[in-house]
Amino acid sequence: MSETHGIVYNILSLGVPFSVALLLASLGENFNQRAGVFNLGCEGIMCMGAFLGFLPPYFLKAGPWAPYAHLMGFTIAMAAGVLLGLLFALVTVTFRAEQGIAGIGLQMLGWGVAGTLFRHFIGGVTGVEGLTAWAIPGLSRIPFLGGILFNHNPMVYVAFAMVPASWYILFKTPWGLKVRAAGTAPRAADSMGINVNRVRYQALMLGGALAGLGGAYLSLCQAKMFADDLVAGRGFIAVALVYFGRWSPLGIMGGALLFSLAQTLQLAIQVGGIKFPYEFAVMLPYVLVILVLSLARKARMRGPSHLGIPYNREMRY
Amino acid sequence: MNKFKVAYSGAIILLAALAAAGGGALVLKAIGANPLEIYKTILTGPFTDMFGMTEILVRAVPLILVALGIAIAFRSGIINIGAEGQMLIGILAATATALHLPAAWPKWEVLPLVILAGAIGGGFWAGIAGTLRARLGVNEILSTVMLNYIAAQFYTFFLRGPMIDPGELETGSGTPQSMRLPESAILSRLVPGTRLHTGLILALVLCVVVYFFLWHTTWGFRLRAAGAEAKAARYAGIRVEGSLVTAMVLSGAFAGIAGAVEVTGVHHRAIENITSGYGFAGIVVALFGALHPAGIVPAAVFFGLLLVGADMTQRSAGVPANMILVLQGVIILSIVSAKMYLNNAYAQERAARFFGRFFAKPASDEAKTGGQA
Repeated sequence: MSETHGIVYNILSLGVPFSVALLLASLGENFNQRAGVFNLGCEGIMCMGAFLGFLPPYFLKAGPWAPYAHLMGFTIAMAAGVLLGLLFALVTVTFRAEQGIAGIGLQMLGWGVAGTLFRHFIGGVTGVEGLTAWAIPGLSRIPFLGGILFNHNPMVYVAFAMVPASWYILFKTPWGLKVRAAGTAPRAADSMGINVNRVRYQALMLGGALAGLGGAYLSLCQAKMFADDLVAGRGFIAVALVYFGRWSPLGIMGGALLFSLAQTLQLAIQVGGIKFPYEFAVMLPYVLVILVLSLARKARMRGPSHLGIPYNREMRY
Repeated sequence: MNKFKVAYSGAIILLAALAAAGGGALVLKAIGANPLEIYKTILTGPFTDMFGMTEILVRAVPLILVALGIAIAFRSGIINIGAEGQMLIGILAATATALHLPAAWPKWEVLPLVILAGAIGGGFWAGIAGTLRARLGVNEILSTVMLNYIAAQFYTFFLRGPMIDPGELETGSGTPQSMRLPESAILSRLVPGTRLHTGLILALVLCVVVYFFLWHTTWGFRLRAAGAEAKAARYAGIRVEGSLVTAMVLSGAFAGIAGAVEVTGVHHRAIENITSGYGFAGIVVALFGALHPAGIVPAAVFFGLLLVGADMTQRSAGVPANMILVLQGVIILSIVSAKMYLNNAYAQERAARFFGRFFAKPASDEAKTGGQA
């Protein structure tokens, strides 16, 4: 194996697990936006998920429950995501509040609550055990690709399985049709007997669960610790990825991989000794978001036409 | 009719305030603090001495400036979440200007230039998001959030590299901070022995300026028209895209001024964490002040009180400083939720009918006329 071969292999095999948090949150956000709700609170939900998911493995380091700690963490994070999704639905669907600003409110709330509880109950930096890698028998032995794609912790497979699953849900099930109708033609959907607001509530709860799970992945599998600024805008990047992926799960997966590869590439460059200021390296993903959004100009035409507009059945348009 | 409307609005606002306080109380309860005690400390603690009281105003100054800018943007139909980053770029520009102007120049020449530099820096940074929105349809919320992260990195890069105080390198402590500003670039103190500075006067003057600009000039009218109903404004011949960029640049300029005032008035050098969340708190202040200068001033003073009070509880009761974010978050959520019921004649009529059942004749009569008004 030549040296460049090894570097490329490292970048790719690191990039795949790095994309998981973004992928999960972004697939969740896709459900929200398909149903017509623009949820910027994704960032806040991820913060809460990251913090709450971190708790069980942190407190149950030893003892009879230790083997299930990660599973409990993921479950709690998803439950918290559902609750925050419900809160956001109450504010934006029932109270019909302006979604962009409400999202920023939810972001501050999630970030603040996670930070407050963390500082009070834990305080310092403490690590947890990550999930061990689980090589898929057979597939992981494929030369080169096997290690990149099939030798990761189980959550990676779950996340990538969510891509076809969420495609199937959106495009092949009655509920998915309702979700898409609620986002593109809520009035028509309503006249066909679909309860638009209920569908939006459901989509927000599902999206919240996925964002919470993404957050938990971040603290449990990726960083293996929690800090106030762990999420660092990934929730917002996840929202941008939905635009980039043109509201299709496959496109979103491409976007998530692009971002994680850019990140690992930047890490590799730094490790490789090519010097440029650390700050510019950190900046890179955020600059990339702005570039990606600028290039995705025409994508908006394909997006849900009622994205961001609360549905009010008593109002004429 | 009027009496009911007042009671209705009052009740909605009260409910929103209760919801916000209740949300905060839940979190306080979770960390084992007594919410009532904490709220009492936050709201009354700062009034115990002169320093605390002036400190409220010290916090209110950047909040007023940031909120004015955000109000301009929101009224013009573009949402600016990037005040935090715009402040940082404004601070960099203002600090660099102050350090490069000849030290012999008098105050009245240096300070306006420094503050202008801050405004240009902040305006430029916001202009990026404004232009991207107008030309390429990039969602301005996402782009301003991203520009916040980018600005934060720029800021630390400059403080650690090109702008670091040479003294820090000599002593080897390497604290990332700029050189101290020359005396000619420092806002004088209003009350000796406290941190209250003349920036307060500037902020109040700018409130009046913004009021006249938005409500008594054609330019301001165009911005508001584009924000209120873009289609109608376009039909009337207003260049909506252009006004979005203008509004964003103005909005950023105010955040930049806030940064410049903060560095020349309070810290006297660019340091880390200098914005202390004013960019985000300013959003809450602007919303709380109903996007109007006359509302923003009291709202900023109230939030100044919250910020000082939260600092005190951190010291006295060990409540983490992140608590202020929680409060801001629940306040935003309750304000935007309440808004929908405040200017909604239909919801109001329904409430009137509902309560009319309990209060016999007068209330329901009022409601009938209220519904038609």
